[in-house]
Amino acid sequence: MGREGEVASELLAAFERENPGLRVRVEQLPWSAAHEKLLTAYAGDATPDIAQMGNTWLPEFVALDAIVPLDERLRASAQVDLSDYDPGIVATNVLEGRQYGVPWYVDTRVLFYRRDLLAQAGFDSPPRDWDEWLRMQVAVKQRGGSDRYAVLLPLNEYEQLLVLWLQQGEPMLREGGRFGNFRSAGFARALEFYLSMFERQLAPRVTNNDVANVWNEFARGYFSFFISGPWQIGELKRRLPPALQASWMTAPLPGPNGPGASSAGGCSLAIFRRSPRMDAAWKLVEFLSRPPVQQEFYRLTGNLPARRSAWAAPALAHDPYAHAFRDQLDRVRPLPQVPEWERIATELRLVTEAVVHGDIPATQVAQEMDARADRILEKRRWMLDKRARR
Amino acid sequence: MKPAQAGWLFVAPALLAIAVFFVLPVAAALVMSGTDFDIYGLADLRNVRFIGLDNYVQLLRRPLFWQALLNTLFFVVVGVPLSVAASLVAALLLNSPLARFKGLYRTALFVPVVTTVAAVAVVWRFLLHTRYGLLNYGLSSLGFSPIDWLGNPRWAMPAIVLLSVWKNFGYNMIILLAGLQAIPSEQYEVARLDGAGTWAVFRHITLPSLGPMLLMVSILTMAAHFQLFAEPYVMTQGGPAQRTVTVLYLMYEDGFKWWSLGSGSAVAFVLFLFMFGFTVLQVRVSRRWGTA
Repeated sequence: MGREGEVASELLAAFERENPGLRVRVEQLPWSAAHEKLLTAYAGDATPDIAQMGNTWLPEFVALDAIVPLDERLRASAQVDLSDYDPGIVATNVLEGRQYGVPWYVDTRVLFYRRDLLAQAGFDSPPRDWDEWLRMQVAVKQRGGSDRYAVLLPLNEYEQLLVLWLQQGEPMLREGGRFGNFRSAGFARALEFYLSMFERQLAPRVTNNDVANVWNEFARGYFSFFISGPWQIGELKRRLPPALQASWMTAPLPGPNGPGASSAGGCSLAIFRRSPRMDAAWKLVEFLSRPPVQQEFYRLTGNLPARRSAWAAPALAHDPYAHAFRDQLDRVRPLPQVPEWERIATELRLVTEAVVHGDIPATQVAQEMDARADRILEKRRWMLDKRARR
Repeated sequence: MKPAQAGWLFVAPALLAIAVFFVLPVAAALVMSGTDFDIYGLADLRNVRFIGLDNYVQLLRRPLFWQALLNTLFFVVVGVPLSVAASLVAALLLNSPLARFKGLYRTALFVPVVTTVAAVAVVWRFLLHTRYGLLNYGLSSLGFSPIDWLGNPRWAMPAIVLLSVWKNFGYNMIILLAGLQAIPSEQYEVARLDGAGTWAVFRHITLPSLGPMLLMVSILTMAAHFQLFAEPYVMTQGGPAQRTVTVLYLMYEDGFKWWSLGSGSAVAFVLFLFMFGFTVLQVRVSRRWGTA
């Protein structure tokens, strides 16, 4: 999918040389269509043998019974050792106590910031907690004036608010994913902090569509902080002018009190139940999990390897921008593992957008979101009850 | 063989195709709209519950549905007259004896119709950009303050209307141009000899002769406008604050983004009822117009 799809054939040439009997046919999909396409493939009985899958998609495909647990293969494997992976990432592939995927590359959200603008505002290191971050934002905004801001929190993304909530260490759903937990104190704290950045004019009330070119605006100093993933390292290296290359850096996310958690994202490799060639598919999983192959994959795509020992590669170990990610990966937590989660998170985005535009008072968010989440989870509750009766 | 039998035999292939590709899916969708078919149902049909009219009741209770209906009606009520007027003006200009390079202009004005929406969206997002857009540049040179076209809930739908008028007026322009060219020049000459001015000629010769064509154009445009989907899909993804979610967009999200195919089918049938109602209304109006 995306860039991975483009380089896959290059990566797989070595696999085909090792296994003369096996030919890998790669189907390239754009990210925007991949999820839909896999679901349609399931409905049309045309699933592949093996696919890369966003960690957050796994619950859905497990609910469909479309992919198989890999525990036995993992126990017997000499090549894939899950203790060489970040526990927070591995957890995203575990459903009902079984391992449904092998992490391929990892993704988490960290803070990207402008060192020079921060230094001008009197700070020489990135923030460690929320209070410090807020102080920096106020100072940056003061220097920037009315048409510049401190932080970009695009209103068409839910990740930023979710990560702030994730840092509270509370479950986001109650009773085994039957009800929403927006009534919790942690959500209230995260929401208050998130909204305060808009109220104090530290964040512009915009979506990514309005910003048009995030990198240009970051270079212009329209904002000094943004929260994003590993692909931005490559983009910023490529798109920022040489004079600005020393002026940006990454940092682990600040938390409510000291370094905070972030979301466990990335992609895993999963094998489909209808595959007639599961053994060959597993061979490919093992191949793609080898540290040297993971390093080569990083070189080709910039995707961070899931395997910790692959991080010893000089290209990664000496990349100052990657350090924040390595550090953050020790503090990642999975998002709720229910198929409905994406829909609930999208509702959260819509509700908070309405609050920022003044259509809904902030005090109603928790109640409204719990009502919406509970409605979305109705079918899941029925399914769980039905299974319990059996 | 009786003639009637032969007749049935001849239309049988067509009827069969209609039955398989139209009647059957529609019937299936009708049944589906009475169930809670979703991702769990896809896994195992035993996970599907019959819930009667619940999808429809839930839909009518959903604020987003009414918002989507309002958005769609705004688009129809504002967009259709604007679009038809723009086509008419363009057709009149092209038909004017003073116009030069007619072929060039006709092609140029028709180009947006055949351009894909995705490509158009890229250009329009720049045109509509709050700080660097050409539109706001023009507004600010006229002394207006810039408008956050795609970010402000109040302006997003007008921006979509603008884009859609620009994108689609060329199609109706060609139809109206054909209509204009069919008006005999003698009528104009007679009117001029009787001393009619430009406005009087337009009001009493051009408009009445174009009448049936204008009606057809507006019916087609209205039907197309009710099914607005692609423009908001590529420009705003329904935002900001769901002000560009249309009924069809709601159906797509329910059915194909969230795989709640039951409630998605219900949206489709409600939209069908609305369009059916409007078409009946239009036919009534046109009958009256025809006899007047």
